[in-house]
Amino acid sequence: MKLSLNWLNDYMDTGVIKDAQEFCDKLTDSGSKVESFDVLASDIDNVVVGKILSVEKHPNADKLVVCQIDVGQYGSRQIVTGARNVSAGDLVPVCLDGAHLPGGVVIKSGKLRGELSEGMLCSISELGLTLHDMPDAIEDGILILHEDCKPGDDIKKVLMLEDTVVDFEITSNRQDCFSVIGLAREAAATYKVPVKINTPPATTVGGEVDDYIKVSVEAPDLCRRYIARAVRNVRIGTSPMWFRRRLRAMGIRPISNIVDITNYVMCEYGQPMHAFDRSYLEGGQIIVRRAKDGEKITTLDGVERNIDESMLMICDSVKPCCVAGVMGGLNSEINDATTEVIFESACFSGTSVRLTAKALGMRTESSGLFEKGLDPENAMDAVNRACELVELLGCGEVVPGAVDVYSDKPEQKKVRFEPERINSFIGIDVPEAEQREILERLHFTIKDGYVYAPSFRTDISCFADVAEEVARMHGYNSIKPTGMSLSGGYNEKQKFINMLHDSCVAMGLQEIMTYSFISPKTYDLMCLPADSEMRRSVVISNPLGEDTGVMRTTAAGSMLEVLSHNRSYRNPSVAFYEMARVFIPHESADKQPDEKQRLVIGFYEKGDFYTIKGMCENLAEIVFGRSGKAQPNYEIEAHRAPVFHPGRCAALYHDKKRYMVFGEVHPDVLKNYDLSVKAYLAVIDVDELFEVKNTEKTYRALPKYQATARDLSFVCDKALTVGELEKKIISLAGKRLEAIKLFDIYEGEQIGADKKSVSFTLTIRDREKTLTDQETDAIIAKVVRGVEKEFNAPLRA
Amino acid sequence: MKEKLQSIKTALEKELSEISTSEKLEELRVKYLGKKGELTGVLRSMGSLSAEERPVIGQLANVVRADIEAALAEKKQAFDAKAQEMKLEREKLDVTVPSNAQLRGGRHPISLVRRELEEIFIGMGFDVVDGPEIETDYYNFEALNTPENHPARDVQDTFYITKNILLRTQTSPVQARVMESRKPPIRIISPGRVYRSDAVDATHSPMFHQFEGLYVDKGVTMGDLKGTLDMFAKKMFGENTRTRFRPHHFPFTEPSAEVDVSCFACGGKGCRLCKGEGWIEILGCGMVHPNVLTNCNIDPDVYTGYAFGFGIERIVMCRYGIDDMRYLYENDLRFLSQFN
Repeated sequence: MKLSLNWLNDYMDTGVIKDAQEFCDKLTDSGSKVESFDVLASDIDNVVVGKILSVEKHPNADKLVVCQIDVGQYGSRQIVTGARNVSAGDLVPVCLDGAHLPGGVVIKSGKLRGELSEGMLCSISELGLTLHDMPDAIEDGILILHEDCKPGDDIKKVLMLEDTVVDFEITSNRQDCFSVIGLAREAAATYKVPVKINTPPATTVGGEVDDYIKVSVEAPDLCRRYIARAVRNVRIGTSPMWFRRRLRAMGIRPISNIVDITNYVMCEYGQPMHAFDRSYLEGGQIIVRRAKDGEKITTLDGVERNIDESMLMICDSVKPCCVAGVMGGLNSEINDATTEVIFESACFSGTSVRLTAKALGMRTESSGLFEKGLDPENAMDAVNRACELVELLGCGEVVPGAVDVYSDKPEQKKVRFEPERINSFIGIDVPEAEQREILERLHFTIKDGYVYAPSFRTDISCFADVAEEVARMHGYNSIKPTGMSLSGGYNEKQKFINMLHDSCVAMGLQEIMTYSFISPKTYDLMCLPADSEMRRSVVISNPLGEDTGVMRTTAAGSMLEVLSHNRSYRNPSVAFYEMARVFIPHESADKQPDEKQRLVIGFYEKGDFYTIKGMCENLAEIVFGRSGKAQPNYEIEAHRAPVFHPGRCAALYHDKKRYMVFGEVHPDVLKNYDLSVKAYLAVIDVDELFEVKNTEKTYRALPKYQATARDLSFVCDKALTVGELEKKIISLAGKRLEAIKLFDIYEGEQIGADKKSVSFTLTIRDREKTLTDQETDAIIAKVVRGVEKEFNAPLRA
Repeated sequence: MKEKLQSIKTALEKELSEISTSEKLEELRVKYLGKKGELTGVLRSMGSLSAEERPVIGQLANVVRADIEAALAEKKQAFDAKAQEMKLEREKLDVTVPSNAQLRGGRHPISLVRRELEEIFIGMGFDVVDGPEIETDYYNFEALNTPENHPARDVQDTFYITKNILLRTQTSPVQARVMESRKPPIRIISPGRVYRSDAVDATHSPMFHQFEGLYVDKGVTMGDLKGTLDMFAKKMFGENTRTRFRPHHFPFTEPSAEVDVSCFACGGKGCRLCKGEGWIEILGCGMVHPNVLTNCNIDPDVYTGYAFGFGIERIVMCRYGIDDMRYLYENDLRFLSQFN
């Protein structure tokens, strides 16, 4: 629903509005949601009325003329134009030097074929207007102004271009707000100012009008109220400028004065109106009835429509003339020769209009309004307003009296007024007097302990509806939030640890739980050096026995012990993890130690070094996220640490910091734990990982373009690690290398004793386009050259 | 010529009914529709016809061609369906051969029960809070209304590091720390490891897990405590579980109670699990002692609170029917994998 603030000013003093943004914010807060607003003509500047003093031929151009123009207080200007329709004495819109026009156009002084032109004369389209705005103008010539104006006047004032249009998203329960008056009531209540009520002159029921039209409603179930009024001596013409500007602001195309009046009233009152040319209503009669099977009607859009018994029609004595509430018939359309008009202002059943519009496939502004269920009380004011406008616009003579067939008058809705209950229901503390004031501001009346809703508030039916009125005017944002001060749940760290548990289980690991205290001899079994920092433990002064004498600084010993026990129970293969707390003593024994969370993984007969490496990589990918590139978000390097086989141990780094150590257990340690099979361990620093984790997942669009895979085998020294080679390839290939995957390492006589052949598959892809063979070849060539140069490692022949 | 066309069609239909392979079908197609095929031959000779005959015969020839094409297509479809059927039949597997599924991982039974307990209380709006396992004497005892020389200290055999530093004997120090650092309302659970110097046997372990809860706010009542624990018992042990509150004594709560739940094995009739009593003692609880609130800078005249606590191992053993606590820390895969 669009609202022109100029129009709004008829019904409320818009002087209280600070600016459009404030208006939109306040109305949104009080319940009328604003989608956007548009300050009209804000892109027009420095365009004024000019009077053509003379028009002379351009000395150097046949198709141009040179005009001398009086622009009032700005003096006079010489302007060159190609238009043919200007002559001395005309008033025209003139762009002065530096003028702005719609579409970001800026007009500057300059020379046209050697003649100075200090601006430009405008056509309607240059001002952003169409023939709908200015029906009397010429489309492709300069706009000749017939308005009451003088040179120097701002064109925006003269053509009434200035307005602000606010676009509301009105909920379907508030049919009353699909109108200028309805929104004015909301705005006035929001700004706490009075509504300027205009009551159009009332008329009697019956009287002279009866000589013009008779109405009978044969389907009162589909038509609660039908009002007809007549206008004679009609003079069809265009509506005045201010009237057209208002309709345009609301997004409606002006047509002719009588039709424009029906649209104007629909915008203003939210009451769809229809105007019939009386001369086409046979028998001077209107019959509101269901269509008969087989009847047809050609609607205003020129389409012949099949209608049936489910549809309500406005008919004369012989034929349907209008699809009730949806669209008029061509047969009784207002035309230039119309002299007598019947205005219809009715209240049709919303359901019936909706189903008819749907069945005929034509939803109109009118049907859209009726669908919501209109207030029948509004119909009389609306038709009286139409008659008032007829007189105001001087386009006819209103026949006194109205025909009013009102079969179903609604009862006034009332709800018990319970201010205390409203306060406790909403959680506010608004005194009774203030609640009363809020409701009265919204046109409710309060009497004998009841709130009476105005007839237009068809949405009010129970206590909660009234409470909502108080709450929204008090302000939803003023309600103090209560009740959810405690939410419950895991904190981020706990969620992280739970996720690691889940990840370990998903990798097929079985959780174990071991004692936090261990025997100090454990460190010997683990072959920790005598001076190892890890040997310094928190010592229990009164232990149960030596086996549980110290608090562990590492959980690797406990894992080895469990592996050993399981081996002795003849469990053929096991893979375990423990989320273990370890205790790093404080320098002073009288202070609490540092408690650290560690994740320990251990297995035997479940794989080899590369299995434990794969598990750590999995966890690293979960914790650090996937890089989406060939280079992952972590690095793995050879490492040496007690417990581990010196040549089969590695550490995982992220940003140069170590988070995981893993590898094969040292043979001496295996022996100490009585393990006759190889065992593998990983020790992971959970607290430290938590500090740097990046577990937020963001969707990355799947590639649209094809990738190319190339296999490359390099022959290099045996000592060169795959990691070094891989790293070099990644840096050489650049960002188009999507993935690199080792698929073979070969050592053999053909390639020499100290050499090995290392083979990779490189996946090359550009996310923006499909790479040509030449482009891919260039990348591969760069990689091959670079690797050869760096490592003296040529491609395998 | 008309007859010729008819006879071509009849001949094809006869031949079609006699073939059984798709190779033969292709031969027939070539024979009848191919460039040197019979139908093509007839069409070629149409030039000799009169102008009147030509369209009539031409139309008939088209109909015959369409019929032949349709008959061939139908036969082809039948052959294809048969071939597919036979292929699927050949691909049949012996579904009774053992699978090669990987071993599943799993959580330790204590973890499983702890997680379940946490989720029940999270659902009731409790936060999960951790704290240090190596505590100071103050938080483990003094803040909890158990000053030095209090008889209750003897009940809990404590592992000491130094005179001031000890292995926590309960998770209540976490509650004291939270009450000190946060303003009410406070609603937390604090599951975790605790230590007491009990020798290992079937029902004792020097290390076990406790699960404690605390709710402090204005107007918290013993009725709220009962409501919470009733709900917990129903969620944990089944809809029909009843609770029984017995007066008891703890230094940090007043009034205090012990709570039994109706035996979830026999429903209260009496069985081996409940030693014939129909009830299983499950937890201790009470209203937070005013001294504890005061120690944590919470005004006991404004706020009240309840606290409860129980051992996770005990619930694990009841839940799974485990009769010896030692299995829980032995970590024998044959034991652990039973709960996956």
